[in-house]
Amino acid sequence: MSHLLAQLFPPSVLRPMELGADASILLGGLGIVLLLTRLRRWGWLWREWITTVDHKKIGIMYLIFAMVGLFRGGLDAVMLRTQLAIPNNTFLGPEHYNEIFTTHGTIMVFFMAMPFIFALFNIAVPLMIGARDVAFPKLNAISFWLFAFAFVLFNMSFVVGGSPNAGWTAYAPLTELRFNPGVGENYYLIALQISGIGTIATGVNFLVTILRMRAKGMTLMKMPLFVWSVLITSSLVIFAFPALTVALALTMLDRLFGTSFFTIAHGGMPMMYVNLFWIWGHPEVYILALPAFGIFSEVVATFSRKRLFGYPAMVGSLIAISLLSYGVWVHHFFTMGAGAAVNAFFGVSTMLIAIPTGVKIFNWIFTMWGGRIRMTVAMLWQLAFIPTFVIGGATGVMLAVVPGDYQFHNSYFLVAHFHNVLIGGVVFGLFSGLYYWWPKMFGYLLSERQGKWAFWFFLIGFWVTFFPQYLLGLKGMTRRIYIYPHGLGWSPLNLISTLGAYAMGIGFVILVYSVVYSWRHREPDLTGDPWDGRTLEWSLPSPAPEYNFAVLPEVTERDAWWEMKQEGRSGKVRAEDIGAIRMPRNTPVPFLLGMSFFVAGIGAVFSWWPIAIAGMLFVIALLVSGWFEEHDHHDIPAEEIRRTEAALGRLEG
Amino acid sequence: MRRHRSRWFRFLLPLTVVAAGLLTAGCGQHYVVLDPAGPVARSELHLIETASVAMGIVILFVLVLFAVTLYRFREKPGSRAPYLPLWHSSRLLEFVLFAVPVLIVIILAVPTVQQTFALDRLPPAKHPLVIDVTSLDYKWLFQYPQQGVATVNYIDVPVGVPVLFELTANSPMNTFWVPQLGGMEYTMPGRVLPLYLQAGKAGVYRGNSANFSGRGFAHMVFHVHAVPEASFVHWLQTVRQGSPAMTMQDYRHLIAVGTAPEQSFSSYPADTFPTATHGFTLQGGMYMEPN
Amino acid sequence: MTVQAHPAQQTQMPLEFRDSHETLGILGFWLFLASDVVLFACLFAVYAVFHGRVAAGPTPLQIFHLGPVLTETVLLLTSSFTCGIGIFMMRRGRTKALMAWLALTMLLGLAFVGMEITEFTTDVATFGTWHQSAFLSSFFTLVGTHGGHVSFGILWAAALLVRLWRQGITQATARRVYTFSLYWHFLDIIWIFLFTVVYLSGKIT
Repeated sequence: MSHLLAQLFPPSVLRPMELGADASILLGGLGIVLLLTRLRRWGWLWREWITTVDHKKIGIMYLIFAMVGLFRGGLDAVMLRTQLAIPNNTFLGPEHYNEIFTTHGTIMVFFMAMPFIFALFNIAVPLMIGARDVAFPKLNAISFWLFAFAFVLFNMSFVVGGSPNAGWTAYAPLTELRFNPGVGENYYLIALQISGIGTIATGVNFLVTILRMRAKGMTLMKMPLFVWSVLITSSLVIFAFPALTVALALTMLDRLFGTSFFTIAHGGMPMMYVNLFWIWGHPEVYILALPAFGIFSEVVATFSRKRLFGYPAMVGSLIAISLLSYGVWVHHFFTMGAGAAVNAFFGVSTMLIAIPTGVKIFNWIFTMWGGRIRMTVAMLWQLAFIPTFVIGGATGVMLAVVPGDYQFHNSYFLVAHFHNVLIGGVVFGLFSGLYYWWPKMFGYLLSERQGKWAFWFFLIGFWVTFFPQYLLGLKGMTRRIYIYPHGLGWSPLNLISTLGAYAMGIGFVILVYSVVYSWRHREPDLTGDPWDGRTLEWSLPSPAPEYNFAVLPEVTERDAWWEMKQEGRSGKVRAEDIGAIRMPRNTPVPFLLGMSFFVAGIGAVFSWWPIAIAGMLFVIALLVSGWFEEHDHHDIPAEEIRRTEAALGRLEG
Repeated sequence: MRRHRSRWFRFLLPLTVVAAGLLTAGCGQHYVVLDPAGPVARSELHLIETASVAMGIVILFVLVLFAVTLYRFREKPGSRAPYLPLWHSSRLLEFVLFAVPVLIVIILAVPTVQQTFALDRLPPAKHPLVIDVTSLDYKWLFQYPQQGVATVNYIDVPVGVPVLFELTANSPMNTFWVPQLGGMEYTMPGRVLPLYLQAGKAGVYRGNSANFSGRGFAHMVFHVHAVPEASFVHWLQTVRQGSPAMTMQDYRHLIAVGTAPEQSFSSYPADTFPTATHGFTLQGGMYMEPN
Repeated sequence: MTVQAHPAQQTQMPLEFRDSHETLGILGFWLFLASDVVLFACLFAVYAVFHGRVAAGPTPLQIFHLGPVLTETVLLLTSSFTCGIGIFMMRRGRTKALMAWLALTMLLGLAFVGMEITEFTTDVATFGTWHQSAFLSSFFTLVGTHGGHVSFGILWAAALLVRLWRQGITQATARRVYTFSLYWHFLDIIWIFLFTVVYLSGKIT
């Protein structure tokens, strides 16, 4: 019993900071439960959200989790920066610091950026291609619930059992049991594995959706560029994620089942892990960045009131980037003795990525050229992105210069670079998409005024945080150190960097406040097209009805909705065109499946094998029951659709 | 119009203040990467400078183009800029915008490949001094196989003599990095990687690990004392005569988890550095003890 | 929720391709297989690197016995053949025959898995666990992952049999049998690679 208690509650989860977090989570959870009970919303929660297979709602749920992830990952970042603000600081001890930078990185990549891009995939893609849902709505819900329960599993680690502490890259042999006892690393391995299954399913789902469910007349070269980016991203997911699956599986086998993949004395080789991890890891960078590029391509055309410049080149460069991304992974470890020939090859292949990326940057600028640029918040993020990403990309090329990398590798120069591209490229893009599609999701606009405040705090905070870090890298400061002494000239820059991080934190708080404020003072957007948009989603009311399109649209041009508006057509439909629509039916299976994986995950984390096996048996039972399911859809009668459309004012005549 | 400018100014002001602050804060010395003390670091800096200039030109060009576009085509009442809602392609422009990045990549790729190969070769002329480096949890063990002495967390090297560092680990991975002498290389258990460095002038250079290895990682710091050759010989003598011999017991102490102060040993037990892969299986050690 | 194909085209196609909703499933399954190919490719790469790293454990030469492995190969290849005949019967609308061939496929698969488990347990009893060397770790992981896939396929075939028994050949069941056959042939191909890369080359060197 005492052994069990020690396993569940090692000292690392009993620190005051952790207990404080526990208490606030408990109180918050209790508050939500009470609120739901008081408002009698449990049934609503179950019917409308937990069992839903509607891509629009799944997208919103992804978004909520992404925001929670951003909060936790951001809080981690603020704590890290606080520790580093002054030399010889004692705010966090080494163990504590190691745990926090590990969860910061892991959450930001897997539990913030990934769900955020999936949120926007779900919200926008079917509407943009004129489809009523994704190809496999139930699988889509399964992907979401696997992710959601993996999210909970990973975030549980600091409450029960202890956090992982080997960095988000989790290099072997540091993750081997003998250097890393305790269950923290198991949480990392198993939570990522569970969400990874869902991610691959999402990749398959959206690839099929885009390839097969586009509106009539929408050829590949007439698709909105965001849809192109999702298509390419999905293919990257399908072919890159298995490498991560294997990398994690080998580490898990070593830790839980006594294999010797990374034990030197038994012939193991840690470099195998590093290779597998980055064979996934570099494509992963583009899995995050390409959708952001897609968002920018939509936003820049809409808010410049102009067609996208160089569409074929944009598509070509997306494809080129995705192909090149498989051939650059060694640049993450030029300093591992691969030899001059290998390093030179991967250095040059990395530089090549600058070419299609440069083409994209120029095309965005020339989209603005000759346009009428409206400074909405969505557009501001795009405008901040261009200079930020150009600088981040340029330092990336500097890192690709192999002998230069010998000096930059794992220094703060590198830290500054990847935050420069991941925040400046991905996060700015996600925020842009958030403001852009928010009215489509909820039917009202976010406050532009507050959005601009959040934007400036975040942008200025970003540069104040990360520009000094480039300089710190040149001063020899390496990443992941929890403490540094006086006298190295690092102190002022670190202090400035920390202040910048606080400013970014304030930007985030303003954003959250703005969401609440905008909701309380919402004015419904009745047009469905508040930005004077160009693509099909703006032809629908906001939010779109369950079936999206009462009558499936036909497309003749790129920027289909813009063309329709030019021709004086509206989004209205004729009553006689409306027929019954077959839609997928709600099902509890995805939620239960996620829960079973969660149970199995807990069992595996603590090596409680009966529980793990029970969880997996539930998984199999649910899968088998799915094979026998007969009625996975329902028909909405034409009359009901006519009523809905009439109520939305969308019937002609 | 005036209102507009004052709005911009409101945001530009704090930016300028911050930039000025950064510059003053950055004006100290300590830019170790930019202050090479040997040929390897110097050649690496050379390439960093080339890349910086090339990238600086690119950044400047894009930023100017971007700023002009933004200023000229922003929506404002009575804008006299042309509005071309359908303009979406231009063969010539697209070709130029493709060719320019290609050119820049070529300009950078050629010296990169040359230098990458050059740094991999043994420096000519003199025989290198060999130092066997083992990263341990959480300290550095240095062994001089030609001289038979060993040190912990510091080394003495003669100025002007190429040093061949043979890098390995008896712990999770670290990287060996002395920025003023040159770029880093991983220390990995089960592998021995070579790294050539050379001090061009006397001085004490800080070295540290750049790859996270656990709890005491931040304390993986060591110092390189680059001294004239005569002083190096003198130092060797002092260590041989004045320092204790490293026993197996001492070695086991070193491989145990913990930090350590700087130490010197007049000799060290054989087989504590692997000459081939799996070398540690002979002696045991932190990493190799059977589970 | 999806667009129907033209009726004129429909009659020409096999049952499982007539409904566009079902063809989505087939395309999706192909993509899943593509992803699984990458998974196996990574495991093959791991094995290729580790197969010589035997440490103090047994070598490939010591633990591979071509006899039983050949039998396993024959079992699995035959099961692929019987699976193909099953699809043939499905195309002719013969439910009973389809079920019989599917059952045979499943039994052959079971025999294969049984033999593999025997092989593994004997190996462990004779030479010890996979803890001993990176070679053993990668060998058991690679071959075991394939074996796990086959076991899952057997479960799937069993579920299909029940469904066929209850409903006969419909568009939905036809699509499921068809994707199952894709899966089964895929595993066969993986096994051919396993047999060559792991067992044959292990015996030669």
